[in-house]
Parts: sequence; structure tokens; C-alpha cells
Amino acid sequence: MSIVEAILLTIITASTPLVLAALGELVTERSGVLNLGVEGMMIMGAVCAFAATQMSGSPYIGILAGIASGALFSLLFGFLTLTLVANQVATGLALTILGLGVSGMIGEGFVGMSGIKLQPIAIPLLSDLPYIGSLLFRQDIIFYLSIALVVGVNWFLFKSRAGLRLRSVGDSHASAHALGINVIRTRYLAVMFGGACAGLAGAQLSLVYTPQWVENMSAGRGWIALALVVFASWRPWRLVAGGYLFGAVSISQLHAQAFGIGIPSQVLSALPYLATVVVLILISHNRRTTLINTPASLGKPFVPDR
Amino acid sequence: MKKIIFALATTAAVLGFSAQASAQEKAKVCFVYVGSKTDGGWTQAHDIGRQELETALADKIETQFLENVPEGPDAERAIERLARSGCGLIFTTSFGFMDQTVKVAAKFPDVKFEHATGYKAAPNVATYNSRFYEGRYISGQIAGKMSTKGVAGYIASFPIPEVVQGINAFLLGARSVNPDFKIKVVWANTWFDPGKEADAAKALIDQGVDILTQHTDTTAPMQVAAERGIKAFGQASDMIKAGPETQLTAIVDTWAPYYIKRTQAFLDGKWETTSSWDGLKDGILTMAPYTNMPDDVKAMAEETQKKIESGELKPFTGPINKQDGTEWLAAGVSSDDGTLLGMNFYVEGVDDKLPQ
Repeated sequence: MSIVEAILLTIITASTPLVLAALGELVTERSGVLNLGVEGMMIMGAVCAFAATQMSGSPYIGILAGIASGALFSLLFGFLTLTLVANQVATGLALTILGLGVSGMIGEGFVGMSGIKLQPIAIPLLSDLPYIGSLLFRQDIIFYLSIALVVGVNWFLFKSRAGLRLRSVGDSHASAHALGINVIRTRYLAVMFGGACAGLAGAQLSLVYTPQWVENMSAGRGWIALALVVFASWRPWRLVAGGYLFGAVSISQLHAQAFGIGIPSQVLSALPYLATVVVLILISHNRRTTLINTPASLGKPFVPDR
Repeated sequence: MKKIIFALATTAAVLGFSAQASAQEKAKVCFVYVGSKTDGGWTQAHDIGRQELETALADKIETQFLENVPEGPDAERAIERLARSGCGLIFTTSFGFMDQTVKVAAKFPDVKFEHATGYKAAPNVATYNSRFYEGRYISGQIAGKMSTKGVAGYIASFPIPEVVQGINAFLLGARSVNPDFKIKVVWANTWFDPGKEADAAKALIDQGVDILTQHTDTTAPMQVAAERGIKAFGQASDMIKAGPETQLTAIVDTWAPYYIKRTQAFLDGKWETTSSWDGLKDGILTMAPYTNMPDDVKAMAEETQKKIESGELKPFTGPINKQDGTEWLAAGVSSDDGTLLGMNFYVEGVDDKLPQ
């Protein structure tokens, strides 16, 4: 394996959870709901995936547990903000804090256990391609899922009728309601999709990235995912670009340090953030298209009776 | 939502008060942790110390702790909360809590504080530290023998004296058996981020190191080393579970004796501010069993450990040059503690630019 290949493989592992969590949040926000609980849902996914894997012996059960726990946990957010019309920002923050705490409790018995790593699946023929074969087609199922989800979400949002409805709910919930679209139900589904994706991202952390459970192991990745959504101006492919750019710069700076290029490590550590923000601002700099893409009802509560 | 928040707040307050009420008769000893108490590394070592303290003095004290407290302004609130809630003695267990500890201590002159690994003291703030570098010197020697390529990877956290001492001691140890030994340093700029620590480990291994050591808090680098089939050293706690065939040894922090000694002094009213810096000979620092190495390397490591314990060998003894080639210590001269505690330079041979 050449060094370039090794670097690229590490980049893919580091970027996948960001892309997954951000993609879920993108759909949630497109429906007009701002869920700041990504970090909490992610860590719940991580702990439940790890626990289920240990108990069942199969990381695939773990993946399902991760998805389910993220979705269930997001339901709590949905209930508070959509049914009880609580403040979304405060509830999202609470969800993160709650998730970090509860995951620590669930995971207490699993600390220090050596995990079962999710094994890669080689896709016949494609995996034999030179260079890209071992990189893209000898990956674990979560990576394949992440790509499929990006393609799917992009198609859903911009090519399907249901996606159009979801976007209309996010842009003007009053008009959507007047047209007979069930705003609350749409938002519930979007919130749960966001939770499921964050849970899957968490499963990637505890089954692929570092197959172990440590409290707080998401270490702020949920927040990076949240920022990615905004800087990608709510477009799935830009989000992928941003996520992979972030991963690429993060890993490259570690290699640059190991190589000894003599740039202060603090500067290098800040690079992924700087580079991602700058690049995404550049691709999304057109104010008009940004405005079009921003869900106009984002964060605003909806009460059907009014 | 307001109702719910109010309900939560009330519950929290009630819980807080009840905890306080039951604490009246016993002295309360409190701890502030930077990571989670089950991180498998640094914080876990402190928490084991706390648990042993609680067992040892069960009838006189009770303990309380706050975990995952970020370094910086948040730490001040956390420490102040403990001081306010009736803690008589507070241990703050990370370098980055230094200024916050001193600041809160000024507001609570009757509360005693102990700050780990820092250098700022006050009438009610003592500092304590461990000579981790003694263990790192031994690790370095083992690496010098075990590495076939003569290059080790070093995952560092922040450029503070304690970490710089470690890098220097490791290199001096390695060069004592292999004069051409090299290390590659990667600064993770975090104490605790399994993903990033794993990434750093992968980057180092991809660049050809065949032995890994870390100064960050989780077992993720050990796990990567195990997966890639190279050897590694554990940090702060015995990490053998993460790499049964990988870990050569680990520098294990053993805080309990110190915690018990200081709490006893506090209970007897004899507590005063001190600056404690013990090492292998005092048992504040122990080496995990030497494993996964040939017998001659093991014998060498044990021999070195004995010499350090007896004081015969001091890792920072000249001739040692600084990184730029100027003389630091002449032959036979050992460094004074002041220089070590403020160490902000590399010794000759470290192939990295020290972040300032």
C-alpha cells in the first residue's frame, strides 16, 4: 500500500461520520427544524452500537442499534419541539448534554472492552480496479451507505414530490399547511431521519474509526457536522465536499507534522476549520442562491391552529 | 418547556442540597477531572486514587468529583461550584486548570487546593507532580532496543513542560542504547479525542515508525498499533487490555498514596502548601509489567529502573546539548528541577520544531 493510498484511506474513515451526521441534519433543517442535538444523538448511536455489538457478537446488529437509538433519541427532541412547541435551540442543546450523560451511563460496563471491528466488504470486479479499487470498493458497509444516502437525499430533495413537500414545509410552514401538507408529520419524519443518520455516524465511530467505547468519544464531531450544513448552504454535494475537505486537511496536517515540515502545530490544527470554512464560503458565495437554499422557516415553531 | 426546565432545575437543586446535608459531619474531598473517569488513561488513574482514598479514610471523609471539565474558563465555574458546595480540599487534576485553581483559591481562603502538574502555588494552593519522565526514559531505552528501523512515533498533546520533558527523556533513553535513534513527533493538540489520536497513530505508522508512544489519554493509539502489528507504550494507566500483544510497558500513575497522605494532613490540620515532585522511588509512578520483549531487553529495563530508583541514574545528566547544538549540561552535571519544570526546549536529536 503506497503512502498516498494509506492517507486517502484514513481520510475516508475520518470524513464518513461527519458526512453522515451532517446529511441527516441537512434534511432536518430543510424541513425547517434546527436540531442542535447532533452531538448527543451521535454519542447515543456510538454507545448503543458498541453495546449491541458486544452483546450479539455482530457489528451489523450494532449498526441497526445505532440507527434505532439515534432515531428514538431524536423523537424526544421532536416531541418537545414539535408537539410541545418548545424552543428548538434550547431543546437541541439539552439533547446534546443529555446524550453525553446517558451514553456514559449506558456505556459504563463496556469501557475498556476491545471492540469488534466492522470488516470491509470487497465488491466483486470493482475492487480489483487499480488505485480506486482498494480505496472505494473495499470499504465497510457504513461508507457505502453514506454514499448511497447522499445520492438518495439529493434525489429525494430535488427530484421527488415528497422532497418538494418537505422543502416547502421548511420554507413556509403556513403556506404548506394551507396546501394541506401535514407540517408536523413531515417534520417528525425529517427529525427522525436526522437522528438515524447521526446514530449511524456514531456507530461508525465505535465500530470502524476506533472500535472501542470511551465516554465522550464523539469529541465535538457533531458540532462540526452542524457547521458543515450551514457552510454547504444546505446542498448535499457541497456538504460531501466540505466533509471530505475537512477530513483531508485534518489528516494531511498530521502527516505534515510527522514528516517534519516545521510549521507550528497550532496553525496546522486550525487548518481544517479554516480551509473548510473558506472553501465552502467561496462555493456558496452567491448571496441570492444562498438565500434560496436557506430554509426560510428554519427554527420557527409551528402551531397548526393559528 | 419552561416547566420542564424548572422541574429539572428544582430536582437538581434538591439533589444538590441533600448531598450537602449528608456531608455535614464528614469532611468533603473533591476532584476535578479533565476527561471521563473511565478513559482508560490519565483521568482513570486519578479516579482510582480517589477510590482508594475513600476506602482508606472511609469513616472520616467522603469524596465528590466532576468529570469532563474542559480546560479554560469553564473550569473556573466548576472549581468554584465545588468550593461553594462545601469541599474542604479540592484536587484539580490537569495542567490546564492551573490559573483557574489559583483564581478560585484566592476567593476561598479557607478551602485548600491541590493542583496537579502545574507550577503556580499560593498559601492555600499546593502543587503535586510525578516524574513521568523517569518512566519515559526507560520506555525510550526499550524502544531503542526493540525498534528495527530506529524510528519511534510520539503522539503529543500540548507543548507544556511535562510533555516536552517526556519527549526529551524518551529520546535520551533511546539514544543511550542506539545513538542514531530518531523520533517523529505529532501534536494532536488535545488530551482526549480517540479519533484524532487514532489518526495520528495511523499517520505515524504510515510514515514508517515501528514503535509508538503517546502522551494523550485514550487507548486508541494502542489499538491502532495492535491492528497494524507494531509495539507501543501505554500512558497513565496500564493499557494491556487494548493491546495484549502490543504493549511493551506503560507508565502507570499511582496517585493514591499521595492523596491519602495529603488528606490525612488536611484532617489533622497540618496541611500546608507544598510542591511535591516524586518519582519511581516513591511509588507515585510505577511501570506496568515489561511484556512482549526478549529477556535481555527486559533485564535492561529492570536494571535501569533500579538505577533510577536508587538515584544512581538521573535521566537528565550531561553531556546533553540543546536541539541547536549548544551545550545544556556538561558531562556529569544533572539538571536542576527548576529547569525541568519549565522545560521549553528540545535536546539535540529531536527532529521536530517545538511549538511555542
